[in-house]
Amino acid sequence: MYRWDFDVLWQYWDLFLYGLWLTVVYTFGSILFGVVIGLVVCAARLSGWMILSLIARTYQEIFRCTPLLVQLLWFYYAFPLLVGISIDNRVAAMLTLSLYVGAFYAEIFRGGILSIEKGQREAAAAIGMSSWQAMTRIVMPQAFKRMLPSFINQSVIQFKNTSLVSVISVADLAYMAAVVNGQTYRPLESYTVMAALYIAVLFPLTQIADWIERRLRVSD
Amino acid sequence: MTNARDTGAPTVLEARGIRKSFGGLEVLKGVDLSLSRGEVVGLIGPSGSGKSTLIRCLNMMEKPTGGSVIFRGHAIGKSFRDRDGTTGIGTLRRHVGMVFQHFNLFPHKTVLQNVTEGPIVVCRTPRAEAEERAMALLAEVGLAEKCDAYPSHLSGGQKQRVAIARALAMQPEVLLLDEVTSALDPELVGEVLNVIRRLADGGMTMAIVTHEMAFAADVADRILFLDEGRIVVEGKPSETIRNPANERLAAFVARFNH
Repeated sequence: MYRWDFDVLWQYWDLFLYGLWLTVVYTFGSILFGVVIGLVVCAARLSGWMILSLIARTYQEIFRCTPLLVQLLWFYYAFPLLVGISIDNRVAAMLTLSLYVGAFYAEIFRGGILSIEKGQREAAAAIGMSSWQAMTRIVMPQAFKRMLPSFINQSVIQFKNTSLVSVISVADLAYMAAVVNGQTYRPLESYTVMAALYIAVLFPLTQIADWIERRLRVSD
Repeated sequence: MTNARDTGAPTVLEARGIRKSFGGLEVLKGVDLSLSRGEVVGLIGPSGSGKSTLIRCLNMMEKPTGGSVIFRGHAIGKSFRDRDGTTGIGTLRRHVGMVFQHFNLFPHKTVLQNVTEGPIVVCRTPRAEAEERAMALLAEVGLAEKCDAYPSHLSGGQKQRVAIARALAMQPEVLLLDEVTSALDPELVGEVLNVIRRLADGGMTMAIVTHEMAFAADVADRILFLDEGRIVVEGKPSETIRNPANERLAAFVARFNH
């Protein structure tokens, strides 16, 4: 029978905490940049300009059809050779995570906007609204509600995806757990604590998300 | 009912030589139509005749492929904005309201918010004033007590009455009604028609696309019968719906008398 021993891990609590902090920073940082990228790409795709739409589409397909791990390796090891400047691993991590999630967000935003019936835009136009007013006051608020579940889902996946940045030596939670394991030779404890910390952050967040979704349903 | 045209009332909204094609299909083949102040024009015709397209061209919801829309003497241009409030599509729509077959209420806003949205956002009316006017309009269409309800909690007839109030909140000079009772259960048609009848009696200038022949004959000063993208017959209800001389119009009207 395995004898659990969490006591030896106590002296490394600051490593776990720092790792968790970085995981949170990379998650929310990349979500923030990803939303901006997603909005721009979504606007490009709905702009009606062939070239713009094609560029946006190409970007999306490249990032949706390659694994995040492959993208991280490429941006950290290959991209610097291409442009001739070295890139800090933290910058490469944030850049890749943002571009990756941005491609998915763009599709979620686009789907949400396209799901709003044409009649809504017409009704807004009929009372004299400009297309910008119709988009921001009528289409977007309804689309937001419809896209929220997919958006939250993608963001939860993003939180977990940040664990991949450990392969380019970014000291996130997964990386720190591996460090602690190397020091203590206690993989069961190290990795169990790591898993528990992921759950400790994500479970409350998914509960809050459910609550927000229910609140938004009042007009249905 | 008096014919506003005979009284010499000024023309408010006019369509000249309107053509509209969708792809290779020409739906309107050069249509002229003018609305005098206080006049009610009924547009009838078989489905596919172009009557909905015509009424949608009147507020540039469809951009005509040829011809022009003239509002208060100014030909409406291609851009939304204008400098002096004469030729912009935005200006046109501010003063020419439209009610749709499928209501198109904003589902994320309450009944009151649906009605105040236009005045507050487009006309920059202070909220309190917009709400006061909206409540008066809702009372007029018999829905004041539903002001805080969301559209999903209303019947079709109630939704359409709110949609009419929403259009009226812009204080339009002309109201365009596009088959506003076609999506309603038969027992709910009456309540909507009553609202429109009251508007007609109050002197509202309207263009009405409808399949309600008896209603059109009753409320309209003038009837236009469209067929295959052209106005085939034009005249008073007594000369058109009630006593059709034209063969195609006679056949069309006869189908509603069973």
